[in-house]
Amino acid sequence: MTLRAPPLSAVHQRADASFTDFGGWEMPVEFESIRTEHEAVRSEAGKFDVSHMGQITVAGPDAATLTQRLTTNDVTVLDPGEAQYGAITDEDGIMLDDTVVYRLPDSATDEFLFIPNAGHDGEMTERWLSERDERGLDATVTNRTEEYAMIAVQGPDAPDLLAAQTDVSLAGLSRFEVANGSVAGVDSLIARTGYTGEPGFEILCPPDGAETVWGALECQPCGLGARDTLRLEMGFLLSGQEFHPVDEPRTPYEAGIGWTVKLDTEFVGRDALEGVAADGPEEKLIGIELIDRGVPRHGYDVTTPDGEPIGHITSGTMSPTLEAPIALAYVPAAYAEPGTSVRVVVRGEPKKARTRSTPFLDR
Amino acid sequence: MSFDVPDDLRYLESHEWVRVAGDTAEVGITAFAQDELGDVVFVELPEEGAELTAGEDFGVVESIKAVSDVYAPVSGTVTAVNDRLRDEPELLNEDPFGDGWMLKVAVTEESEIDDLLSPDAYRGQIE
Repeated sequence: MTLRAPPLSAVHQRADASFTDFGGWEMPVEFESIRTEHEAVRSEAGKFDVSHMGQITVAGPDAATLTQRLTTNDVTVLDPGEAQYGAITDEDGIMLDDTVVYRLPDSATDEFLFIPNAGHDGEMTERWLSERDERGLDATVTNRTEEYAMIAVQGPDAPDLLAAQTDVSLAGLSRFEVANGSVAGVDSLIARTGYTGEPGFEILCPPDGAETVWGALECQPCGLGARDTLRLEMGFLLSGQEFHPVDEPRTPYEAGIGWTVKLDTEFVGRDALEGVAADGPEEKLIGIELIDRGVPRHGYDVTTPDGEPIGHITSGTMSPTLEAPIALAYVPAAYAEPGTSVRVVVRGEPKKARTRSTPFLDR
Repeated sequence: MSFDVPDDLRYLESHEWVRVAGDTAEVGITAFAQDELGDVVFVELPEEGAELTAGEDFGVVESIKAVSDVYAPVSGTVTAVNDRLRDEPELLNEDPFGDGWMLKVAVTEESEIDDLLSPDAYRGQIE
């Protein structure tokens, strides 16, 4: 299999980045060091190439109806230029993906753009097309992943950095709003969204303008390594780790994003999720912090203080900001109360830990 | 990028170094190894008096992104452990051949030292 490469691949190679396979894409994982990049985003600003994320547009008279059918949130509340987070579930309410749905600004027709995770663009395009055809809806679904580069600029200095390069009034752009504008002269779509908990933006632009935009945002280049530690400090989900249709089948309620499920809308998975909502999920994703020394990692067992297995870690790291070992884990609801004493088994050794609410960081 | 490979040390293919003085061997990981791992956040080492067997893992180094076993270059008894690494694991990044040393070992099989890589052989491996 050939890995897909982002438009900025050569730029990253010149910057001596190290690369990793992520969702079928060869992406930069580290430029300087994870800690350096992480700290830059928390204290100043950093830029991320997130061109591995998918872009699918849905246009036409039934664009809203179709997107409503396939996402858990209520897209009909979106005005042009607004975006929302939601889940994509199967008939059983199991998460196939999470996504941001944008209702595009200044569009002559009703047009939506949604951003599936790396490597999911083909499957999600198929999903939208088959639902459209099954229901005889009038909508054009286009996989535009190869037509867009996506660059995130995140951190307390990000608004000033971007303001110097764009004609869009960023003060007028609230969280989860999106505007058309130019960045360093490149026609772009600018969204006030991100995956770090910091102020920041995600910029969609044509691949041939990516180098100009990337170069104009003068701040620390950051790889997927820092992106992961930053999102984990915020307790944000990572597709494939906190949910996966086969390896980690979870409902939005289990994954802690029940707030994105609007049961008063009609969508695939709604009936199953109505039952989960009524009874409450049997297991919940919780934050864990280790009291003993050690680093929790994906797949490690979580037990009671007596050693009874109750769950497993989905993501874990040494938090660069808190300088403490943190993790996300699924445990039965009875153990989900913050402050519950548990153990995390690190190489056969049970380490003292306690559950806690997320985010780990106040932002 | 080229990494420091001091001429007075011997090496393992798995990126540990050994500084031999009489029948004592000081052990650590190389500059190349710490760069591959990235920011080291946790080091797990045996206690004084532990017995090491050449080629077997004796500890663990964890960076933000990875977990890596560390292998004993020689057999022997641990006579000293670098306790600073407990609170300052970043010493492995900052000074891998100096303050980032891990263990001192009383060597029981001197012939094992002859089996270790020369600086030139190790340089060849990481080029």
